Amino acid sequence: MAKRQYSFYPGCSSQKGASSSNYLISVQTMCEELEVQLNEIPDWNCCAASIGYAGGGELPRLTLSARNLALSEQHNPGQDVVATCAACWLSTREAQERLHEDQSLLAEANTALAEAGLKLTKEMPIKHMAEVLIEDIGYAELGAKVKRPLAGIKIAGYVGCQTNRPFGIAGESFENPKYLDQLVETLGGDSIPDYEKKVQCCGGALAFSEPEKSQEMVKGIIEAAYDHGADLIVTPCPVCQMNVEVYQDQINQTYGTQFKMPVVYYSTLMAVAYGRSAKDAALNGQVIPAKKLEAIAGK
Amino acid sequence: MAVEKKLAGYLCTGCGIGERLDTSQLVNIATREGKFPSVKQHAMLCSPEGVKLIQDDIDAGEATHLMIAGCSRRSKVEAFSFRNVAISRANLREGVIWARPDTPENTETTQEMADDYIRMACAEVKFMTVPTPSGEQELNKNILVVGGGVTGMTAALETAAAGYPVHLVCDEDVLGGVWKDLYKRVPFRAAASDVPNGRDVDLPGPEDPGIADMIERVLANERITVHLNAKLSKTSGAPGRFSADIDRSSGPTVTENFGAIVQASDFKPYDANRLPEFGYGKTPDVLTNFELERLAKAANGGPLKRPSDGKVVESVAFIQCAGQRSDKEGHLPYCSGFCCTESIKQAMYFREQNPDCDTTILFDDLRTPGAAGEDFYRCGQQAMVTFTKGQASAVVQNGKGLKVQFKDLILNEDTEMDCDLVVLATGQVPNNGPDPYAQLAVDEAESEEEKEAARQKLAVAPPSILNLDYRQGTDLPQLKHGFLDSHFICFPYETRRTGIYAAGPVRRPMDMKQAMEDAVGAAMKAIQAAESAAQGAAVHPRVGDLSYPSFRKEGCTQCKRCTVECPFGAINEDEQRYPVFNESRCRRCGTCMGACPVRVISFENYSIDSVNQQIKAVDIPDEFSEKPRILCLACENDAYPALDMAAQAGIETTPFVRVVPVRCLGSVSLSWITDSLNSGYDGIVLMGCRRDEDYQCHFVRGSAIAAERLSKVGDTLTQLNLEPERVVVHEVAITDLARAPRLLNEMAEMIGKIGMSPFKF
Amino acid sequence: MGDLNTAMIEKYRNRFLKEVEANVEEGEWVKMCMQCGVCSGSCPLGKFWEHPPQEIFMMIRAGKRDEVLSSESVWMCTSCYNCIVRCPRELPITHIMHGLAHYAKRLGLVPKNQPTAKFAQMFWDNLMVKGRVNELKLGLNLYFMNGIGDGVKVALKNQKIGLGMLKSKRMNPLEAVGGHAVKDLKGFHAVLKKAQELEDKRLADHGA
Repeated sequence: MAKRQYSFYPGCSSQKGASSSNYLISVQTMCEELEVQLNEIPDWNCCAASIGYAGGGELPRLTLSARNLALSEQHNPGQDVVATCAACWLSTREAQERLHEDQSLLAEANTALAEAGLKLTKEMPIKHMAEVLIEDIGYAELGAKVKRPLAGIKIAGYVGCQTNRPFGIAGESFENPKYLDQLVETLGGDSIPDYEKKVQCCGGALAFSEPEKSQEMVKGIIEAAYDHGADLIVTPCPVCQMNVEVYQDQINQTYGTQFKMPVVYYSTLMAVAYGRSAKDAALNGQVIPAKKLEAIAGK
Repeated sequence: MAVEKKLAGYLCTGCGIGERLDTSQLVNIATREGKFPSVKQHAMLCSPEGVKLIQDDIDAGEATHLMIAGCSRRSKVEAFSFRNVAISRANLREGVIWARPDTPENTETTQEMADDYIRMACAEVKFMTVPTPSGEQELNKNILVVGGGVTGMTAALETAAAGYPVHLVCDEDVLGGVWKDLYKRVPFRAAASDVPNGRDVDLPGPEDPGIADMIERVLANERITVHLNAKLSKTSGAPGRFSADIDRSSGPTVTENFGAIVQASDFKPYDANRLPEFGYGKTPDVLTNFELERLAKAANGGPLKRPSDGKVVESVAFIQCAGQRSDKEGHLPYCSGFCCTESIKQAMYFREQNPDCDTTILFDDLRTPGAAGEDFYRCGQQAMVTFTKGQASAVVQNGKGLKVQFKDLILNEDTEMDCDLVVLATGQVPNNGPDPYAQLAVDEAESEEEKEAARQKLAVAPPSILNLDYRQGTDLPQLKHGFLDSHFICFPYETRRTGIYAAGPVRRPMDMKQAMEDAVGAAMKAIQAAESAAQGAAVHPRVGDLSYPSFRKEGCTQCKRCTVECPFGAINEDEQRYPVFNESRCRRCGTCMGACPVRVISFENYSIDSVNQQIKAVDIPDEFSEKPRILCLACENDAYPALDMAAQAGIETTPFVRVVPVRCLGSVSLSWITDSLNSGYDGIVLMGCRRDEDYQCHFVRGSAIAAERLSKVGDTLTQLNLEPERVVVHEVAITDLARAPRLLNEMAEMIGKIGMSPFKF
Repeated sequence: MGDLNTAMIEKYRNRFLKEVEANVEEGEWVKMCMQCGVCSGSCPLGKFWEHPPQEIFMMIRAGKRDEVLSSESVWMCTSCYNCIVRCPRELPITHIMHGLAHYAKRLGLVPKNQPTAKFAQMFWDNLMVKGRVNELKLGLNLYFMNGIGDGVKVALKNQKIGLGMLKSKRMNPLEAVGGHAVKDLKGFHAVLKKAQELEDKRLADHGA
């Protein structure tokens, strides 16, 4: 019997064969070790992320999240909703706030949901997985499970935007959140608390539509990590992970740099530190291999 | 006091003094050199037992002149305040052990410092007498308030509420002053604390001005005597015994006596005829904020109409900073501080009456002071008042309407807008009498140009408000732009005429709420001044000081320096041009003492001798000792506390300095400088407060006057064949913890370079 | 949507701020901006905005309807929320920018070939098909959004990225034919259709 249960919203990019499928695998491994049971919301749909705004108006966008929440309410009653993707978390939490603030919007959303026999009534805590780790479980318990400390690995904690703003993790500042650094230390790694790009935007969806502008920002994020002697970057967000990891070749071409900086999820770090295999940690999902983690996982 | 002096010494060995210093040597110095019959030691002199030890001696008649060696005179003030005795304090803690490192190689010089401070304190107290009040005046609880506006009425009501009778002199036929035409006022209170920082929340809006009610309360108050259409034709005397002739159009002049005075003459609206570029005077549809208020009051909630043709106003533009915050000839260089909130309020008049009326406020910097200020700004935004950051350049007629040309400062473009009405947010001009030193400025002008400028200023000077019968002119001294001078940070209501307090826009521009708060403060200070005068005690900053200056008439040369230099105009002259000291006008700074070339002015507990004896008491090692001696004369208000606090913070000071606190640098007599140079001091550091325009001097002019006097000290040094670097004057603030000791250390280094003084005996 | 634009112009004449208040998501906040400029200074793409947020708010008040709604600027938002957390007046600036962008799209005023506008629309259309985003199709659409010729070039440039994703099993070529979907697709479409109807009705009411 798992210690903790959550109603889980995995999101589009975590699906099999999608861009952050490796995130989901490492999260599942991590949750096994932490005795956390994730109950997937059945038949969930896309949240529209933040880029959905052009095509979708206010009500259609809110209704997307309302459908997920109604399904969660129906199938996973009484459970806090947890998302691993920053955009999923933010959209869902924002939608819930907006709907409960404006009763006419909620009524309209429910009119739409009624078309599929659904209804949204309750407000539930909607958490990012990082909140579950830090607020619900706590550093002490996270540290107690460490079997293979990440000794000698210097890790830049890249928090990014949407895990951090506008909600963020309780007690952390928007300008200099420290939880990733603390998590790295908890896992036995070396953190870089002064990493000045930890909340710099990577460009989000504009990585697709405005690649030059986005890559200029990503360059700064990677450069600063190198300046601090980082071996790898850790992040809690699939968009951050993807944007910072996969364009390094193009950035090298544009700027004449020689970046080859692995970018991993916190869950990858934890799976490795908790003694699990490279496969369980989804290290094979790296476009730029995290060799130092592979070495520990292979011990 | 003709009572025999009974010297008694007390040495505290607590706080590390006993461990760091050879206390038996200190006792020996006090008894052998200082001729003190006894020095009692106590491990914690400030404890009840220690205090009792001293009090018992006083009660037994064994001690009239006390030398207390221990902490700084600024520490344990309450424990060591004994009545009817003279006290000197040797600063062994902050002045010596805390300012010096506790290492063996420093023991000798640290002990020498302590020895000297004992010598100095012993010498000083012998030249002090116990101050006794002059008995010059009795308690007069009557308070005079000059000005019948909101400020004056508030001062009168507050004074009366405290139980003191008031005479309110108003130069108009009705009370209310410049704000009597207000339709509404800017709200006084901020939004409730639970109102979020959002939109469509409950924010404070324009309120009933409450002025009619205030007038009623003043007229109905039994303690307040109102004189309408009245002026002061003569005001003489001093706190506790002011005499004022009140000229009234309704009857004969009455003369009343007062304990203290509040001047609340408010402001005059800026003359918008100086703003032809905005069309003022060319069309009635360009109004000042003051005129719009009258229009709104007349409309009384009805639609506001365009003066030229009676059309209901559908669009209005407010031009902020009209004739203000500008260096142009005829403009006010300052911000009047009330006009932004005033315009927000007036814009809301239009929005309330006609939700479709376009209201635009053209501002450069929006300033909304006061507790409600920011909330009121948001209130205006909620009401859809358009705030445009822009600078208006011209207002021109456009058919029946107006066109405002302006530069949009956010979009960085020249643009224009059409409107029915333009309101100019004009400022406040202080309503003051003439600058009392205007004639002096003419007399002392150094060039013909300056003289002419001073003459012109004198020619257009406004009529006097107080008509003071003072040696230094008829009205209160001004600082900048005609606003009254007051110690801006520490003592805002104190003017340079003791017992006369300034309140409201006459001392700086402000809104009605601030003026009312100001009035309360000034009223309380006036009451305090009347009460203090009755006891012969000083007001700020030497509150309660019973000493006052006296002079030896037979030595006086009638040079008038004291009567001219007193920053507070406290000294009049009699028919033979001898100074007449007015005890209760005096702030006890000693600037007169420092001014006197023949050294005939002194206080009972602070005199040329009491300092000179300290200077002379210091042991001066010979020229070859490598132990220079530096005299530091430090202002007791800022520099001395800064040195104390530096020592508390563990910042080191050179062991060669001997610090003598002075009341103000203005009290420093040049004789102290020449005497110390003659007796072999190697350097002198004078520390006073910041002077001149942004002064911090607690006595306003003391520091500036001292700097002027000391500018001539170079001649003395040259005559003595000494390097001019040996005497320096510094401005030191109370926050200069690190800097104050550094200045002393730098002097020590300098002497290391230029060598010791050859005047050692 | 040109008709809606004309209707809005007719209705609000010169009162663009009112139009924004009534029709733009979170538009009621625009009047509360105090022009401090913190948003403009906080935006990671600040230097690419022709008119940074502070200016956009000022332009709305100044009635510069066309300049605002046909501006590229509102499409520069990366949704990083930096402006939101720093705004001293707590304006939801990110959402206002999204709202303006969406309103411009509804009125047909978006500049031609605005890449983010195109991509954002594609994203929405993509998720509407099966209830979940098909990343492969989205990527392919993106490459070819400016025509076949351009698309081949972009695709070639990004070939290496695609290979990397493929190797790490983070891209699945089979998505092109099937792909993930919501099971109750009928219900999903019915819900969203209804939501869109209600949304359209609200806007039509305002334009009337």
